[in-house]
Amino acid sequence: MTEHVVILGGGTGGTVLANDLAHRLEAELDAGDVRITLVNDDPDHVYKPVWLYVPFGQREPADGRRPLSDLVDDAVDRRIDRVTEVDTDSRRLRTRDGDAIEYDYLALATGSALAPEEIPGLAESGHDYYSESGATALREELLSFTEGHLVLSVIGTPHMCPAAPLEFVFMADDWFRERGLREDVEITYTYPIQRVHGNPHIAEWARPLMDDRDIEVETFFNAEEVDPDARTVTAMEGTELDYDLLVAIPPHRGVDLVAESGLGDRGWVDVDKHTLEAEAADRVYALGDTADTGVPNAGSVAHYQAGVVGRRIASEVRGRPATATYDGKTLCFIETGMDAASYVEFDYENPPSPAPPSQKLHWSKLAYNEAYWLTARGLL
Amino acid sequence: MTVSDIEPDETVDSRGAACPGPLMDLIGALRNAEDGAVVRLLSDNEQSLTDVPEWAEEAGNELLETEELEDHYAFYVRKT
Repeated sequence: MTEHVVILGGGTGGTVLANDLAHRLEAELDAGDVRITLVNDDPDHVYKPVWLYVPFGQREPADGRRPLSDLVDDAVDRRIDRVTEVDTDSRRLRTRDGDAIEYDYLALATGSALAPEEIPGLAESGHDYYSESGATALREELLSFTEGHLVLSVIGTPHMCPAAPLEFVFMADDWFRERGLREDVEITYTYPIQRVHGNPHIAEWARPLMDDRDIEVETFFNAEEVDPDARTVTAMEGTELDYDLLVAIPPHRGVDLVAESGLGDRGWVDVDKHTLEAEAADRVYALGDTADTGVPNAGSVAHYQAGVVGRRIASEVRGRPATATYDGKTLCFIETGMDAASYVEFDYENPPSPAPPSQKLHWSKLAYNEAYWLTARGLL
Repeated sequence: MTVSDIEPDETVDSRGAACPGPLMDLIGALRNAEDGAVVRLLSDNEQSLTDVPEWAEEAGNELLETEELEDHYAFYVRKT
């Protein structure tokens, strides 16, 4: 009997997992004992970290897109479609077109989507760099922005790449300074809790840098409403800020089918944070942003989790006990300007200790952004 | 007021979530709640003992009670 592994989502987690399994189960695939299907609703794979650089005119959205057909092993069946239903009892999926797909093992790597409509006024007047269209629209504003108040407001958590809001204000500060405009541009950073980042160690490191660089900070700021005409953003806590350019990290959510299939809320699958198995169903895994593990929604996390899920599914297909576990490993480069960056690595047990910012780390980040395409192909 | 007198309108179970997950879950629930509604937050994260009271005070919401249970805490917060 052929075992069918179905992966939903062709982002970092899904693509790395597909290639990992194609390599790991090569003999079983050749023998027809296993079939792997990757379902994605876009023929392209998108590497989202490129978007941080788009508003500053340094990269193009196309730099972060490549066809899945160039990245995914030919032994994997690629299906450009959208799954709209998951029935974990009968192990059957239903696609947008009404087709049924049966699975023996399912991996959900459906990722995050933006939900600016949850905050009145945000979609009309806020900008973001968490989408291709947002990053290009923000570029139009930022490149001609020479004076006024730039507000970066983190509204939704969890959100993709938790370091990116800090990176944006550090880069903006440096970028305006280099161009002799910093005295005419006020920068304010808002965050929902009492510090500038969810992780207390990163927050403790970042706050003095922000103070040194005259980046104003508003903590306990949970944006509740944006008034596009008055150009104000108001928080649940009662604070109101005027802005000339609002850059927001909008609320995030996952795909609806997660909640509809009883696997978790807001598109995040409740999982065992070590095995990445769904709590509500057998033979279902989640990885990357989709897995509610409490670790950052970052590409490195999806990459490491894909290796764990790949090893576990391979063991199960072979009838062996699955022993691979995820230890919370997370790795992030953090830009601290236009030519300097820091770096953190941490896991469930060991907190981050940000490295002193350096040009070498900045170039390491840019180099990895190029080398990423090897990661997607399962080679790095 | 004792805990037994409080009837929460909604319970948010954040047990197992890493910091600041429980506080963000509470904020999310209160964001959508009616004025006067009471949300019960369940958390096993020690940091919630400081996060929740600090935020409730900052936001002008009322922390009615903090209940220490066997392996987690229950926070009762009224939206005001």
